[in-house]
Amino acid sequence: MRPPSAIACSRPAEPEAAVKRHHCASPWLFLAPGLLIALAFGLYPFLSTVAHSFTDARTLTAGQFVGGANYRELIHDAMFWTGLRNSVLYVLGVVPLLVILPLLLAMLVQRRIPGIAFFRAAFYTPVVASVVVVSLIWVWLLDDRGLINALLEGLGFGTVGFLSDPWLLLLSAMAVTVWKGLGYYMIIYLAALANVPGELHEACAVDGAGAVRRFLTVTVPALRSTMVLVAALSSVSAFKVFSEVYLMAGPTGGPGGEDTTLVMLVQQAGTGLSGRVGYASALSVVVFVITLGLMLLVLRANRKEEA
Amino acid sequence: MSATAPRYGRAGRRPSRWQLALRYALLLAVLALTVGPFLWQLSTSLKGPGEDIYRYPPSLVPHQVTLANYAGVARIIPVWDFALNSLKVATTNVLTNCAGAALAGYALARLRFRGRRMALVVFLMAMLVPVESIMIAQFLTMRMLQLNNTLLGVVLPGCVGAMNVLLMRNAFAALPYEVEEAAFVDGANAWQRFVRIALPSVRGTLAVVAIFAFMGAWDDFLWPLIVLSDQSKFTLTIGLNFLHGTFADNQRLVAAGTVIAVLPLIVLFACLQRSFFRGVGEGAVKG
Repeated sequence: MRPPSAIACSRPAEPEAAVKRHHCASPWLFLAPGLLIALAFGLYPFLSTVAHSFTDARTLTAGQFVGGANYRELIHDAMFWTGLRNSVLYVLGVVPLLVILPLLLAMLVQRRIPGIAFFRAAFYTPVVASVVVVSLIWVWLLDDRGLINALLEGLGFGTVGFLSDPWLLLLSAMAVTVWKGLGYYMIIYLAALANVPGELHEACAVDGAGAVRRFLTVTVPALRSTMVLVAALSSVSAFKVFSEVYLMAGPTGGPGGEDTTLVMLVQQAGTGLSGRVGYASALSVVVFVITLGLMLLVLRANRKEEA
Repeated sequence: MSATAPRYGRAGRRPSRWQLALRYALLLAVLALTVGPFLWQLSTSLKGPGEDIYRYPPSLVPHQVTLANYAGVARIIPVWDFALNSLKVATTNVLTNCAGAALAGYALARLRFRGRRMALVVFLMAMLVPVESIMIAQFLTMRMLQLNNTLLGVVLPGCVGAMNVLLMRNAFAALPYEVEEAAFVDGANAWQRFVRIALPSVRGTLAVVAIFAFMGAWDDFLWPLIVLSDQSKFTLTIGLNFLHGTFADNQRLVAAGTVIAVLPLIVLFACLQRSFFRGVGEGAVKG
């Protein structure tokens, strides 16, 4: 018997093979919609982006082959370096918090005590909301005359320009990203925590280890692969940050474009009727390469630790 | 902190009273942090023009509750048309993703044919390419198809997510093989096996795909921002961005707009959260 990995649409050993053969069209009919979309709106645009990055194409004109000119221009473009700096800072600022805080949150909601289902769902609310809604909520909270500044003033501090100082703006956007992501990664950790054997904790507790010690010696090692997954997911999405900064700092990325991120540059350069498709494509390729690199880096770090 | 303590057996030690109290105190603190900002926004949207929204100490409960801000938003921007556009986009996205991902996932998991491995690689590669790095090319494709500035153009690129195809493939692959084998022997063709046997068994995963497809389309910002230019085609997120850009100083109006955008989703999620968390717990989101 063949390994039961798949049911043959025609099993050659059977006498009815000849009759069944026409069914072999059916797998492709099943696949057609999904495959068509993946090819037309996944792989084709990718190849066309790479191809465009070597041309001076604009939205309305096809453009000529210009070799590496776009990439050379990119290296000499101060905005590119600002964007790259901010996107990298975003990863460095957001990822550690998104690896650790959701884990603590998951442990907080792990035990089935009365009302826990409500808390889990409530902690997930920021994930459900659109990034636009979330950003606007925080724009109002962080406003010079908003709730947080009112509370700070009540405590005797002066008004903090969360949304006017370029550095504070970037930090505020990071805080919003972390706030919105907590629930998402909490659920991933919750699923993983369910698989940590309770006996380990018990044995550890019998040996007299405190809660912090148990966390470091039992929970963290048991969840290492999940933490790596969370690090990979959150670093990729942090590097591609667009909406939070666009909405909080404005379409041009704050005062003097100081808060512009790489994806914001792609959007600024490449869209509209006068879009510089060639240059934006070169930027896109950079985004893709770094994203992939980040993913590989995180996964490799995991493998090295395992060895 | 006893948060690391797992569930012990029935004979295991029980948390002491104060540990439980501490846990609830922490839960309430996090609750204030995650849900508080939404409530503050709701409160702002209900405060009338006579009430000082900047006053100190701040008041979460509005003193003169009014719906005037909601009427005000509807007067300035066609917010209900935006909501309808969002609903159309999100509903279509759910239907196409569920159907397309289930079909393709079933073929990848259960049908044997030449090129199956190749097809799997195509989906994997499509999943690895970030939307942000192909959106300019996508925009040109839409112009070529004359779908820029249409709702169809908003839906089309994500209408069968590669990630969803792989999720459905895993769900189908985890089903016991024998039932379908029996149906095959009884003469059921691939379509009949798919509809009658396999599909009813993966309802949990299908629900997760549906919820994420709805949320994803309803909340999406970057792609609609690029592809839509005409106000009559705006979805809620793009409309809110416009509202924020034009009436940033009127916090009550912006607050009312955000509540209109987020409330339907929160209600939907509250209704579906039970099956959602069960579906996720079944391993749909596990790496």
